[in-house]
Amino acid sequence: MTTLLAITAGVLFATGTYLLLGRQLSRLVIGIGLLGHGANILIVLSGGGRGRPAFVGNGTAEEMTDPLPQALVLTAIVITFAVTAFLLAMAFRSWLLNEDDDVEDDVEDRRVAAALAEAEDPS
Amino acid sequence: MDALTTLPVLLPLLGAAASIGVGRWRNAQRAIGIVTLTAVTVLSAVALVRVDRGGTTAVAIGDWGAPVGITLVADRLALLVLVASMIMLLAVLVFAIGQPGAETHHVGFHPVYLVLAAGVALALLTGDLFNLFVAFEMMLMSSYVLITLGGRRDQIRSGMTYVIISLIASSLFLVTLGLVYAATGTVNMADLSGAVADLPDGVRSGIAVLLVVVFGIKAAIFPLFFWLPDSYPTAPTPVTAIFAGLLTKVGVYALIRTQTVVFPESTRPGTLLLVVAGLTMVVGVLGAITQYDIKRLLSFHIVSQIGYMVMGLGLFTVAGVAGAVLYIVHQIVVKTTLFMVGGLVELRAGTGEIDRIGGLARLEPVLAVLWMLPALSLAGIPPFSGFVGKLALVDAGFDAGEHAVVAVSLVVSVMTLFSMMKIWSNVFWEVPEVQPSPQAEQSTPFGRGLMVGSTAAVVVVGLAIALWAGPLHDLTLRAAEELLDGSTYRTAVLGP
Repeated sequence: MTTLLAITAGVLFATGTYLLLGRQLSRLVIGIGLLGHGANILIVLSGGGRGRPAFVGNGTAEEMTDPLPQALVLTAIVITFAVTAFLLAMAFRSWLLNEDDDVEDDVEDRRVAAALAEAEDPS
Repeated sequence: MDALTTLPVLLPLLGAAASIGVGRWRNAQRAIGIVTLTAVTVLSAVALVRVDRGGTTAVAIGDWGAPVGITLVADRLALLVLVASMIMLLAVLVFAIGQPGAETHHVGFHPVYLVLAAGVALALLTGDLFNLFVAFEMMLMSSYVLITLGGRRDQIRSGMTYVIISLIASSLFLVTLGLVYAATGTVNMADLSGAVADLPDGVRSGIAVLLVVVFGIKAAIFPLFFWLPDSYPTAPTPVTAIFAGLLTKVGVYALIRTQTVVFPESTRPGTLLLVVAGLTMVVGVLGAITQYDIKRLLSFHIVSQIGYMVMGLGLFTVAGVAGAVLYIVHQIVVKTTLFMVGGLVELRAGTGEIDRIGGLARLEPVLAVLWMLPALSLAGIPPFSGFVGKLALVDAGFDAGEHAVVAVSLVVSVMTLFSMMKIWSNVFWEVPEVQPSPQAEQSTPFGRGLMVGSTAAVVVVGLAIALWAGPLHDLTLRAAEELLDGSTYRTAVLGP
């Protein structure tokens, strides 16, 4: 089970990174989401292997799973959720303003490109 | 003492909630914001004096003891940076109230601004890594809203870069947290400092470098800085000013905190940090020299100045870290001031392009003085606070025998002076050629008074740093000693 989860986290990271390399905002949003999920699974895994749920019934400490990473991951999930919602709102706003889904070049890139074009074609 | 440590986080959050409640009445929101931030400033100053006399204190939130529960730790470093940050947050809020624009038009400005304050306070005071992540998210989430407030096209464009870079850094932070917990079974920084020492070398350096990268993105160190000069300038002046003053510095603070408290002396990545520091200074200032827009130019200087703080940390001596802390305090004040004056110039001249403005010294002598003092301070001219900070760092660099980075830092400060003079001669000298902007007509005399008044107040704070440089340097030396030793921190959190 642990191995399966580790592989899942790896696949999520790989897919997320691949999506982040694109230029479309909708892909970026999904990519960020996947990276977040990968990180969350990693945190769940960091608590060790399977075991009985903590705070339910009685048992020795060794039988129980570590509850702390689970508490951490709940917080992380909520944060990822909020951030994804904000990112979607921004992507929508960008789509309203530009009517396309692409990430735009930054000011400096455009300035350098313009200077290059001018140098090659002085007219 | 417990209240003094928790209230700087709690008060702004409560203030934000109240501010949403009275969203319809802008004056009530303003009163809440100012009262809250004043209270937090006073509380943190009192806490600083008490901690300096009585030693580091830790508070276990909800009585869940460390290392499992959440701990807030108030030591000299945290409180010193907190006091400086809160004074700036207060001054910039007054500036924002005076400026026509974001603050007046959006219900959300005040609540979000207060959440930002709470996030900064929590990031400074927290004693565990996961809570640091939460604090960063609070801070960043409010910064995302503030930077895109207004939803103009260029804001969305540059805000998108900022948000996505920050999110990638946050994901990396989460991954690091997972790895730290898997390796050591704790995320409490005091507890970690013991556990990390027992780790194999490879794992330990891996974690150290991951943390440098994560905080390096937030602090905008070379080569992770490219997002900053692109995204900061498009926001409204008060927002840019507070981001410039606080956000990157909190990143550097987190870097200092983790590299000193968590990692044992023999394994600190000193050389790596020194090389990165030198490159950050040089690349930042070269970027600044090529720019012709006030805010973009100043944004590159943020990057360049971050190098000095990282240099102080990279020395890993008491004098070096003390210099870095002093430099953080100086930068929080001076960077905020410069952006506020830059905003005033932009408002008066209707543009930020420095070759389209001229002769402001004759038209606006007050602005010229307000610009000159922090600009000279940034370049490190005596007797200003920048000189004091640089002197402390250069001195520490010579003591540690790191002559190369000291030489780089001195050359860079000459180049900083050059680019400050470029602004001065373009904007304040030359023949007057200024068209008043449409915005300038909207600003009432009272609003203008608030803006100039708050800017003058932070200039005075900057001068006060230079005036009390001696006691302040002693305080930072005590803070650095405590940090590098780490035992007082551990005792305060985990008990003897």
